[in-house]
Amino acid sequence: MSERRDITLNINGTDYTATVEPRRTLVDVIRDDCGQTGTHIGCEHGVCGACTVLIDDEPMRSCLMFAVQADGRRIRTVEGLAEGEKLHPMQEAFMQHHALQCGFCTPGFLMLAIGVLEKKPNLSDEEIVDVLSSNLCRCTGYENIIKAVRAAAAVMRA
Amino acid sequence: MPFKPFFTALVKYVNSLSETVAISAQRMKPARFSYHAPRSVGEAVALLAEFAPHDGRVLAGGQSLVPTMAFRMAQPAHLIDINEIAELATLQVVNETLKIGACVRHNAFDSDDVPGVTGALLRNVVGNIAHYPIRTRGTFCGSVANADPASEWCCVMAALDGVAVLQSGRGTRRVAAAEFYRGIMTTSLEDDELLVCCELPMLAAGTRTGFIEFSRRKGDFAITMALVAYRIENGKIVEPRVAIGGAEAHARRMPSAEAVLANATPGNVSFVKAAEAAAAACDPIEDLNNTADYRRGLVRTLVERALEAAA
Amino acid sequence: MTAKPREWIGVSVTRVEDRPLVTGQGRFAGDVAFPHQLYMRIVRSPYAHGELKGVDTTAARAVKGVIAIWTAADIADLPPIDFREGPNEKLAPFRQPVLAKSVVRYAGEPVAAVFATDPYIAEDAADLVELDIEEIAAVVDATLPAADFAHGLTTEATICKQGYGDVAQAFKQAAHIIEMDLSVGRHSGVPLETRGAIGRYDAARDVLELHGAAKVPHKNRESLARMLNRSTGGVHLYEGHVGGGFGVRGEIYPEDILVLVAAMRLRRPVKWLEDRREHMIAANHSRQQHHHIRAAVDKDGCLLGIDDDFFHDQGAYIRTHGTRVADTACGILPGPYRLPHFRVAAHFRLTNKTPAATYRSPGRYETNFVRERLLDKVAKQLGLSRVEVRRRNLIAPAEMPYERPLVALGDEVVLDSGRYEELLDKALAGFQWDQLEANVKKRRAAGEIVGLGLAMYVEKSGLGPVDGARVNVHTSGEVEVITGGASVGQGFETVIAQVAAQTLGVDYRSVRVVHGRTDRIEYGIGAHATRATVMTANATMVAAEKVRAKALDMAAQLFQADAGDLTIVDGVVLRTDGSGATIDLGQLAHHLRPVSSTRGDREPGLASDGWFTTDHMTYPYGAQLALVKLDPGTGGVTIEKMLIAFDIGRAINPMLVRGQLVGGFAQGLGGALFEEFQYDERGQPLSVTLADYLVPTAHEMPSVDVMILEDAPSTCNPLGIKGAGEGGVAAVGAVIASAVDDALGGEGLITQIPIRPQMIKAILDKRKA
Repeated sequence: MSERRDITLNINGTDYTATVEPRRTLVDVIRDDCGQTGTHIGCEHGVCGACTVLIDDEPMRSCLMFAVQADGRRIRTVEGLAEGEKLHPMQEAFMQHHALQCGFCTPGFLMLAIGVLEKKPNLSDEEIVDVLSSNLCRCTGYENIIKAVRAAAAVMRA
Repeated sequence: MPFKPFFTALVKYVNSLSETVAISAQRMKPARFSYHAPRSVGEAVALLAEFAPHDGRVLAGGQSLVPTMAFRMAQPAHLIDINEIAELATLQVVNETLKIGACVRHNAFDSDDVPGVTGALLRNVVGNIAHYPIRTRGTFCGSVANADPASEWCCVMAALDGVAVLQSGRGTRRVAAAEFYRGIMTTSLEDDELLVCCELPMLAAGTRTGFIEFSRRKGDFAITMALVAYRIENGKIVEPRVAIGGAEAHARRMPSAEAVLANATPGNVSFVKAAEAAAAACDPIEDLNNTADYRRGLVRTLVERALEAAA
Repeated sequence: MTAKPREWIGVSVTRVEDRPLVTGQGRFAGDVAFPHQLYMRIVRSPYAHGELKGVDTTAARAVKGVIAIWTAADIADLPPIDFREGPNEKLAPFRQPVLAKSVVRYAGEPVAAVFATDPYIAEDAADLVELDIEEIAAVVDATLPAADFAHGLTTEATICKQGYGDVAQAFKQAAHIIEMDLSVGRHSGVPLETRGAIGRYDAARDVLELHGAAKVPHKNRESLARMLNRSTGGVHLYEGHVGGGFGVRGEIYPEDILVLVAAMRLRRPVKWLEDRREHMIAANHSRQQHHHIRAAVDKDGCLLGIDDDFFHDQGAYIRTHGTRVADTACGILPGPYRLPHFRVAAHFRLTNKTPAATYRSPGRYETNFVRERLLDKVAKQLGLSRVEVRRRNLIAPAEMPYERPLVALGDEVVLDSGRYEELLDKALAGFQWDQLEANVKKRRAAGEIVGLGLAMYVEKSGLGPVDGARVNVHTSGEVEVITGGASVGQGFETVIAQVAAQTLGVDYRSVRVVHGRTDRIEYGIGAHATRATVMTANATMVAAEKVRAKALDMAAQLFQADAGDLTIVDGVVLRTDGSGATIDLGQLAHHLRPVSSTRGDREPGLASDGWFTTDHMTYPYGAQLALVKLDPGTGGVTIEKMLIAFDIGRAINPMLVRGQLVGGFAQGLGGALFEEFQYDERGQPLSVTLADYLVPTAHEMPSVDVMILEDAPSTCNPLGIKGAGEGGVAAVGAVIASAVDDALGGEGLITQIPIRPQMIKAILDKRKA
């Protein structure tokens, strides 16, 4: 039963090959095998959302998938948001609105918000709160995260 | 035996003798398993026939199974991953029946893909299911097969008399929702059967529907939910459907409440009577923070509000 | 044109910390990796209480990839984990061993440690370790009569007593005696990042390194060196990014010791990452207390005395904090009110639960709830408004500084400054309390169940006695501030940079702030008890002033000018009238190199240490007001309006202060309505996932109005600042309980938090019936 599989994950446009046991979760492989540690692990049972990444542009919990299931899929993580020195409007907005304190939940919130807004650019303020209730933050009380996402949504629409 | 809302899985995977011990046992990485990724239903069913007797299980969206495996409360030796089976990803209306393939994700219902009253109802319900990034991966049929008492889709299946289509090497059988659920996370699905499709009726135009649930925190499993549907003909309620979820071991219709509503004039008087009938008839489960009385009270409140929302 | 330096203090600048954090370049404990590292997995007791008869590791050792498995016998030379503030003979028997020896006292107690080449393998092996434990009845209720602990010791480890005056006499004279039984649930910080510890022994330097440190690296270095019998010079702690502190992170736990000892013995780096379920049963809990409190009041509603007995549910062991939370509760209980006579006794009880210690606003969240509930009941009983009762008891500005013969955090309580009633008035006006009261009456008449809540409180901050910082200007012009402070996400680097920048005359973005590194500075107070800003910022200012003076002195020589005619703008020294030559700080640092011919007899380097000493803590204060609506059908609570008014003396960065207050409020809301670590009668923890321990989401969070006041600058420090870290959370349990109770008729029915919908619905149903 100690079978291992060769897989290729395309993360932010770069192919990473890894040989993994099927039981390894996607987030563990993204972090440990591919070295992309911007995606965080907060609970490993799908509640906190710190590990949220975009898989084929859909936000998903990378702790609730096995890496073998993502073989050949296109994954986007927080490391891929900025273009060189130019930050994504969502990253800019988080900084401007003080939407992070410890910053641990931030990559998950960024990927969640960007993933949803790319598909639904015209979300109402209430719908934004609804989406953001997917992830947990223990520092900010969410107020500034909500403000930042509303502001970034306007920039992304423009 | 009390159970915990999210990890009702405890009840299923851990026998009562060691339940509490298992709670504190600390595990967070899944145990080893063999992985199979069939490309067709035929292949999947053949794999199930081979591995189900050897602790093989189906993996669909994985939003309940994977955490249970992370806790090692489930340690299947084989996982048969059906996500690569294209024929299971279809969502279509055939002869006034909505057919939901086993790989249709929750968020497929957050669109105009499903027309009519049924489509509107499913759109209304889907926003209550966990959170957005769970809905992009979890599946309708997976929720139905998992049969958590608080599953919204189980409540929909019960309310609309949906049908579960089960396939195995032994053939295909169709099981109505009322016969499908057996208890808390227990169904009539055999180990070697794959739930390939759920079927829901396309409700007649003019049918009014209402769905309400209550949980302490947004996105959590509801403590109780209510789903109602009815039409009005000549000022009277016809074909009333009242189902509750979360309150009992599994979702079901409440005939006594429906009897109150049938041919009654829609309005506060009949709604309150129906809600009281549902509350009186239900047999609530209890957990740490929710007594049977409290759940019964919620049934009354939510049935009444669902009826009002539908009106 | 005159040269005008930019103001940085009091300005809401964006944070210097943010860029790496929004780009995924942070370095949290899980991101630290060393070549050839091993992974540690802890085998924990499944029982809350039991006799540990044996541990069989045979099968586990056979797993390929397992390097070692330790039980208590393998580390018999290690002492139990000590108290941070030094030995305490009376409490010593209650300390936690690194691994359980013959008794297990809580579900989750470490019993064995597995070291393997991969975390999955470590867990496979841990699964195979067999524990032979004979279960013993568990103590889960701290209010029951004390039971046996061991060797003639009972579960009442100690009774913390404080008080003054003649309480018995006060009750004799009282026109009214008001009495309540009040309970606070078991909560904790639950940061998004779980704990992590990476031990590494560098034999080449003979240095033992602990990565993943937080909160109090310098204090912990001393404790660890003492426990491991090493010199402090041979132990270094490294704080990376910390994913939330809140009191629980950064204390010394068994796992920290184990990775260090293993790194030395196994000669490989050892990494341990706590998983979430472990976190919920292994990291410190907090808050759980049951108070029986009585107030003696005169006919006008003025407090004559308070008499309080409470049971503090400590859990299985006494950890690094000793009895600090209970002590603080005793010392701070009177809050902002005049209280002539006072007696309090904290029964410090051990139970078979996860050990407890501090969680943001320890001792205050609990006692604010207790005291404010009591005052609401005083108002009810005397037929006064809740506002009026508070007015009659608030300490007046003329009475400041107000000495109370009590001790909190080992510090005599002297309320340094405060304009309590003025703050109350501003809060009431800002909230539109009077209009809302009228409105609530109307809505109730229309059948709605709505209520208003009010709580006042005094926080504490800036625990001294002393902190230092070093400011160093590099020849490149970069300013480095080396502190012994710690960053747990609160914006420490930005605030220190702002103070250094304003003092020195540079842009705050050009200041590099070092923290959490024992190899860069010998002393440090870390970040706890809302002290980092108060203590370290003041020390930074002292150091920066010295560097500024030195820079101006050097420049004056070069310009042949009077130093008093010079200033520094954006890192450039020039005349205040803007005329003449200029020189930047980097060039001045160059002139001050040891080998420089222009240095003269000045000390080499454009650098200085600065020290700040304070006699007492400083006491910020506030009021919280809430309007809630209850749903009779479900028992659900909606917070319709919320205000926090908080006086922090002086805000260095109002945006960050607001962030602290709102973020703190969210945690307080969790404790008021959602969060609780629950146990069954066998001591089995029932809240071990984030689906069962209900941290509020964006959906549960109401919008919060924040009023940051600067009416009473601290008299304890030159910057006049008081800390903001705990002011948001401190009174939330109190104010929500007050509002919910008011909605239910103000009868004092809400006597415990968290308040569950089931409780509310039961009260409303009963009333209807």
